[in-house]
Amino acid sequence: MVTILFDGIAYGMLLFVLAAGLSVTLGLMNFVNLAHGAFAMAGGYAALVVVNRLGVPFALGLVCAFLFSAALGALLERTLYVHVYAKSHLDQVLFTIGLVFMSVAIVDYTMGSSQQFIAIPPSLQGQVTVFGLGMSKYRLMIIVICGILTLLLQLGLTRTRFGSRLRAAVDDQRVARGLGINVGAVFAFTFALGSGLAGLGGALGAEILGLDPIFPLKYMIYFLIVVTVGGTSSITGPFLASLLLGIGDVAGKYYVPQFGAFVIYTIMIVVLIWRPQGLFVRKGAR
Amino acid sequence: MRGPDVSTSAALASAISAQFSARARWSPLEMVFWLGAFSTIWLLPEQHLILTEIVIWALLALSLDLILGYAGIISLGHAAFFGVGAYTAGLLAKHALVGEPVLALLVSGLAGGAFGFATSFLVLRGTDLTRLMVTLGVALLVREIANRAAWLTGGADGLQGIDMQPVLGLFRFDLYGHTAYIYSLTVLFVLFLLARRVVGSPFGLSLLAIKGNPLRASAVGIGQTWRLVGIYTLAAAYAGIAGGLLTQTTAFTSLESLSFDRSADALLVLIIGGTGHLYGGLIGAVVFRFAQDWISTATPQYWQFWIGLFLVLIVLVGRDRIGGWFAPLRRLADRISGWRPWRPGPAAAPDEGGRP
Repeated sequence: MVTILFDGIAYGMLLFVLAAGLSVTLGLMNFVNLAHGAFAMAGGYAALVVVNRLGVPFALGLVCAFLFSAALGALLERTLYVHVYAKSHLDQVLFTIGLVFMSVAIVDYTMGSSQQFIAIPPSLQGQVTVFGLGMSKYRLMIIVICGILTLLLQLGLTRTRFGSRLRAAVDDQRVARGLGINVGAVFAFTFALGSGLAGLGGALGAEILGLDPIFPLKYMIYFLIVVTVGGTSSITGPFLASLLLGIGDVAGKYYVPQFGAFVIYTIMIVVLIWRPQGLFVRKGAR
Repeated sequence: MRGPDVSTSAALASAISAQFSARARWSPLEMVFWLGAFSTIWLLPEQHLILTEIVIWALLALSLDLILGYAGIISLGHAAFFGVGAYTAGLLAKHALVGEPVLALLVSGLAGGAFGFATSFLVLRGTDLTRLMVTLGVALLVREIANRAAWLTGGADGLQGIDMQPVLGLFRFDLYGHTAYIYSLTVLFVLFLLARRVVGSPFGLSLLAIKGNPLRASAVGIGQTWRLVGIYTLAAAYAGIAGGLLTQTTAFTSLESLSFDRSADALLVLIIGGTGHLYGGLIGAVVFRFAQDWISTATPQYWQFWIGLFLVLIVLVGRDRIGGWFAPLRRLADRISGWRPWRPGPAAAPDEGGRP
């Protein structure tokens, strides 16, 4: 029971880091980015290449994953995404599905279609006993890293100058521009940060979620669930939603394996019908 | 323009009916299109297998056009209805419940429609994003059910051992797909006629009004709920029939019919041809399937890359602009259709003024 909770929390934290970027682009900027998983996959494969083939230490591999995805995100944002922000949702959907298909084919071509694993250092394998409970070291590490990232994100968004600029840019672009905020740059940086986090999540999660070319399609729905269920007004909403989703998914697969992913999809549909704006919404927000 | 005239209700009624009959009139280009389509039965006999696939894609895209082009509902889960129809047709044939294909196809359509009706209430609420998620979620859910219920659907192996009976008890499905093609094309034509009738009706126009501005539409007394439910159900029935056709013509169905790829491809097919004018899906299907054929002979494995690139380019160039390339053609068609020897001269022209 506790193990399930623990695994669920690790899984949920991971989902949060993966989806945090999406909660900003989709939730705040109102841009339907179905290609978010592609950045996560890019990070995962970047880590795979540097760790497995070049023999770089695992921790450095994670950093590489972050940087690679962030750079990729920044590049695509500046060259392609900027043209699509103002278009209709249908266009955004088509555009990002196109990106997903391309990324799947490119990875298939360069990396092969089979599932791959990043070599984890021996010090992270096995279990560790905390308060008399055996816990997987790797999952513990995920929880620690993701917890720190969540705190940093929350602080960054609420306490720093950049955070307030971002919130201003999202709330009212025109006024923000009028106040001298470089909205384009703010969005680009945010997008890159979100992509980088996704990449980091992809690398961290390769062990748990697996890493293969159809990763963006397989987990697209999970990211979307986190964002839509969590609502878009803060970081805490998606965070709680990720935890719920993680625990729910792990528990569902453990207790009622015959239902598979039913539990999650059903919960999502029910929540969307019940509260279309998400579970955790700030009252009176737009 | 003709204010005093339309103030009297009789004149108004006649103006409206003139408007409707103008909309319902067949333009020569449409006739040429369908004559061309039916002539392929004799002209391209060795292509019938691929043409059957085109017809099925066209029907699926047509059904998507009904909700996307006419009601403005973005759906990422249209494969759900397609798959329901496909499995219904497959199960009916496999267990010999309804042996006759046309009847079985109707049942598939009913199944798709019933499922569409049940889920239509989910897409009524919320924004584009919510609809997107709900349709996607429903499709994933159905796929998961089909995957798990292996005793019924064959799971990942697909539904095998389907033995199709002759159409109407007369025409056997042959190896070269001749029967299958003629059968599918006829179904498409009949359903197209129905769809054309529906979108040209006051009901179809009221849908366009809702799509244009939901708030204003309800302000002038056009309620949304039942209209959206109606068109969604109809579109789902169409998709179900398309799925049933696929099963009947290939004597096989698998989880692929429920996959996300199929929903996305259906959207792509529709976008290639353009939304909101019924022919979009049909033209798109032709382009899509031949492009697929051509690209996959060149690079068999990475067809998906080119689809992706194509989608990205379409959006970046702008869908309107791509539609604009056809504008001269459409104007030409208008001019041809405008010329009618039996037309009573320019007196009919002011009817156009009835448009707001």
